Amino acid sequence: MSFVTRGFHGRRRDDDGRLPPGQHLTGDFPVLSAGPTPRIPLDEWELWVATEEGTRHTWSWAELMALAADEPTVDIHCVTSWSKLDTTWRGVSLDTILADVETAADYALVHSYGGYTTNLPLEDLLDGKAWVAYEFEGDDLHPEHGGPARLLVPHLYFWKSAKWVHGIELVLEDTPGFWEQLGYHDYGDPWREQRYQGD
Amino acid sequence: MARAAIPGGLSARRAWRPARLLERRVETASASTLVLEVADWPGHLPGQHVDLRLTADDGYTATRSYSLSAPAEGDRVEVTVQRVPDGEVSTFLCDDLQLGDAALLRGPVGGWFVWRPEQPGPVLLVAGGSGVVPLMAMLRARPADGPPFRLVYSVRQPDDVIYRAELDALGRAEGVDVRYVFTRRGAGEDDGDERPPGRLRAADLDAAGWGPADAPTCYVCGPTGFVEAAATILAAAGHDPARIRTERFGPSGS
Repeated sequence: MSFVTRGFHGRRRDDDGRLPPGQHLTGDFPVLSAGPTPRIPLDEWELWVATEEGTRHTWSWAELMALAADEPTVDIHCVTSWSKLDTTWRGVSLDTILADVETAADYALVHSYGGYTTNLPLEDLLDGKAWVAYEFEGDDLHPEHGGPARLLVPHLYFWKSAKWVHGIELVLEDTPGFWEQLGYHDYGDPWREQRYQGD
Repeated sequence: MARAAIPGGLSARRAWRPARLLERRVETASASTLVLEVADWPGHLPGQHVDLRLTADDGYTATRSYSLSAPAEGDRVEVTVQRVPDGEVSTFLCDDLQLGDAALLRGPVGGWFVWRPEQPGPVLLVAGGSGVVPLMAMLRARPADGPPFRLVYSVRQPDDVIYRAELDALGRAEGVDVRYVFTRRGAGEDDGDERPPGRLRAADLDAAGWGPADAPTCYVCGPTGFVEAAATILAAAGHDPARIRTERFGPSGS
């Protein structure tokens, strides 16, 4: 049996090879989340990092703002198959945030306000690959897109870029987060189409 | 959270299966239901979706996600597709795919935005536009002696209501309540619609009658702005955020 759909030609776009398999471009910024949008006043906001030894580091909003910021321009890829090219952000590199954290952990379990979690290898947060981002396209990051601050890990499917980021738990073993327990991939590389567990 | 049991083993769910169009029902001017025959379909839960892939004769493919609109009947599955203006896939599915034509399908996908018949408590469904599709699957899966269900369905005008006749019939059944919220043009007072047209308001959900004390599981599905507004109203009314489940779709769902 042929899988070819008779009469379907589709619309190919020239994306210079920047579009991972199975993705299509969008000019909008769709939202994927599981529940209501949490609202976190900045004077109550904090970011924490906890190591496998139980050491806890915290940053207030003012302390985060005082750290050196980057302005990355990156392509983002959502598991629901949209991609958006050349998005611009402002945020603090995880290299900066984790600079003085002593850990032997190989994995991170990221916690969000609202209870969402997601897991990823610690090395994917390092070497200029990940940020705690608080501006998008020159504006404060809106709550529905994860504001006041979200994780930005553009080389993985975008659910790994946890919205409303609250804390990063450094752990010795990979521990599935919210979507990962529901069948999504533990790593989530868009170029290998790692959408679901087993892909 | 325990790992949720979902029909079909992992390897079964990620396999692309050949599908064939058995029937297309025009629901509204812009939405059609496709009934597909899918070989060895593993079954699904109401609220889940599928990935549907079209393949051109030179190998080019385009894949989109669509919500399942009804419980499976053996190898027959149904999706309802809202035609997105200029959408690459949705317009082809609504206008060009012919009976008997082939596509590829995989799933079911999603284990969070689902209703399980054994789940306790009443169910509040809040739909914006074609966000009604996965909620319809839940309504259709509700057994006659199931928990109380209430649907608040926000849509531009009466002609845009998907599944109108069936929803009206369901709304007369014991334990099911269906209300429409028209945002642009109402049905008119002559038809008993006294609500002035306008976007979903807190009163529309209050009028549906369940407060936080009744602990309904709330399922909210629709465009991003609608889901933001509805989920915010529910959370502000005191519903436990853990019982407000949302599914949003953006203009990317073409």
